[in-house]
Amino acid sequence: MLRALVLGLLLLPVTAGALGVLAPAFGIFPALGYRSVSLAPFADLLAVPGLTRAVGLSASVGLLATGTSVVGAGLIAGVLAQGRWLNRMARWLSPILAIPHASVAYGVMFLIAPSGIVARLIAPLVGWERPPDLLIVNDPAGLALVFALVCKEVPFLLLMILAALPQVPVRALGIAAGGLGADRLSAWWYVIWPNLYRQIRLPIFLVLAYSMTVVDVALIIGPTVPPTLSVLTVQWMSDPDLSLRMRGAAAAILQSGLVLGAILFWIGLERGLRALGVRAIEQRVRPQLNTLRPIGWFAAGIIGATVITGLVMAAEWSMTQSWMWPDLWPRAGTLGHWQRFAADRDILAETLILALGAATLAVGLALALLERQEDLPNWALYLPLIAPQVAFLPGLQVMMLTFGLRQGIAPVFAAHLVFVFPYVWLTLAGPYRAWDRRFDAVAAGLGAGPWRRFWIVRGPMVLAAILKAWAIGAAVSIGQYLPTLLIGGGRVTTLTTEAVAFAAGGDRRLIGVMTVAQTFAALMPIVIAITVPRRLFRNRRGMLHG
Amino acid sequence: MASTLVLADLSVTLRGRTLFRLSETVRAGEVLTIMGPSGVGKSSLLAAISGNLDPAFSMSGSVNLDGQDITGLPAYRRRIGILMQDDLLFPHLSVGQNLAFGLAAKGSRAQRREIIHAALQDIDLAGFYHRDPASLSGGQRVRVALLRTMLSEPEALLLDEPFSKLDQALRQQIRSYVLARAAGLPTILVTHDPGDASGRVVTLTSRSQAA
Repeated sequence: MLRALVLGLLLLPVTAGALGVLAPAFGIFPALGYRSVSLAPFADLLAVPGLTRAVGLSASVGLLATGTSVVGAGLIAGVLAQGRWLNRMARWLSPILAIPHASVAYGVMFLIAPSGIVARLIAPLVGWERPPDLLIVNDPAGLALVFALVCKEVPFLLLMILAALPQVPVRALGIAAGGLGADRLSAWWYVIWPNLYRQIRLPIFLVLAYSMTVVDVALIIGPTVPPTLSVLTVQWMSDPDLSLRMRGAAAAILQSGLVLGAILFWIGLERGLRALGVRAIEQRVRPQLNTLRPIGWFAAGIIGATVITGLVMAAEWSMTQSWMWPDLWPRAGTLGHWQRFAADRDILAETLILALGAATLAVGLALALLERQEDLPNWALYLPLIAPQVAFLPGLQVMMLTFGLRQGIAPVFAAHLVFVFPYVWLTLAGPYRAWDRRFDAVAAGLGAGPWRRFWIVRGPMVLAAILKAWAIGAAVSIGQYLPTLLIGGGRVTTLTTEAVAFAAGGDRRLIGVMTVAQTFAALMPIVIAITVPRRLFRNRRGMLHG
Repeated sequence: MASTLVLADLSVTLRGRTLFRLSETVRAGEVLTIMGPSGVGKSSLLAAISGNLDPAFSMSGSVNLDGQDITGLPAYRRRIGILMQDDLLFPHLSVGQNLAFGLAAKGSRAQRREIIHAALQDIDLAGFYHRDPASLSGGQRVRVALLRTMLSEPEALLLDEPFSKLDQALRQQIRSYVLARAAGLPTILVTHDPGDASGRVVTLTSRSQAA
């Protein structure tokens, strides 16, 4: 019963969204009086100037970002896997992962923009008297967009690799391969990686689909003339001219086809690379890959430095009154921007209600299912994550319009839950099931009923995992842009929608404020999740690994 | 408290295979030792008696405690204490809180504390109330685990290889300690080490009935 409810929550929006998009894409839009099937919306879509370029951009950005992220994460993990660094890094991954995409994108912007900190650093060396006239952010090829995506997806893939590592005998395989003459990094790529790859394939598809169809990051740092197909789609779907929704629906269908095609292309790529690797092994061409190790360190350093410096820059801008070129530091500071931000409590309230509400409900649902020892299939969990938001959310929007449902915070809450729940479940289920059930038997033997066992024994013992899942869920909700925008119909404003609204030529000081506020809101729960159990159980050595 | 534990034609089946079939009466103060190779169903037997049988298994027959059929009762209503080969002290609670968890719910907070302090004194662990269980030695942990069980006032005791992880020197000492404390209760001891056995011994062999 509960399981069916949760499965419905995961699957219904995607299915309804797909149906909601199909009808208008093929000319049926009763709300506007279109009642017969036609291909007119597609014809209309194909006639849009620059469409081919927008489609090409979506594909190239997605594949490039995914390829770079996978290779980068693989290389970093390979360099770190045989040392003590991997576990140290693991502690930093969840907080980095919690930082919303939009914040990372703005951070990158503050770094590499023509008036950004990197340009200021090299200005004295090359004699720039004013910011160089270069299109670095919003470059037509979307390279800045790719870079911002890589900064966000590499930590995500690293975390997935970390989760998969215990299922692969890394040490034994490494020793065996080493005995046969492979150096450490070669052993990693040729022997360990193929075993690992199978387990992180779904997350990789997720990254691919996401990178191809992302909207907020593309609005902030992506190309503009033309933008990517996803940005065009959202423009049409939120245009006051309702007839453009049919073109938008056709674009959403095209978007889905594009993602499907890219996934198939990726699968072909996997086969090709596998064949190449096998051939290299058969021909005994064993490159000594260890020379690549510095690149792994370099990649980790660049990503870490970018994310952190970008946020520091955002913090500086948020308190800047005037910051002259090419100074490395603002001349005059002010807290005025923050005071104005604090005066508008609605944004913060709506953001927190959605995030904490959705995360708490998701954790409650997950716990209820786990308590009944229910399981959920992986495909159902990944479906709402891999299905491009921009492809099915417009359909949901059309459905709501058709059935006269009111847009507002309640449907947005439900939409957030759809994306929050899978992450909560994926974080919580493993540690929860790993809990030693004999504790339950012993507690029952001491006369404790189900509630007492949950609240006093099991709950506290898995508290760290519960809080972590809750924090990740909250961060996912805070980062949501499209569901808030489309399902809220512009009536719901969160830190993220507000931050992205500044994308086109917004004031850097306000962008700084929104970026810092958004990052702070997303990080607080994870900080709580890490520190509270440590504090509570600081005198309990047996809880250190719990 | 003179209770008797009766297993009447108790059998556990896994995917159509009957692991064992057993009829035994264990009187108060008596120890029944169950032996047999691993995988023969010793743990399932204890799980069936205590009400913790995994849903993958099915059981028939009945368990009676003190004249009452407890087969249908949930584990926490059966008044059967369990000690396993790991002490399974709750790692997030102090020694005293672990003991308080099982202590029958009566008396004021102060009275309950008094009982626990006195009980700790009894097992030579006076002043251990606020200690982290992880900081105790193996022998101390077994003593606390047993005390926790006894304070919950069970009417029968199941011991699932509770000595197997102790080193040889400690083993005999703890064994006689536990069995002395258990005196007065019907006790079932599961072990694969003949040196641990006590009282009447029943050997389970694979796919056959108990001797």
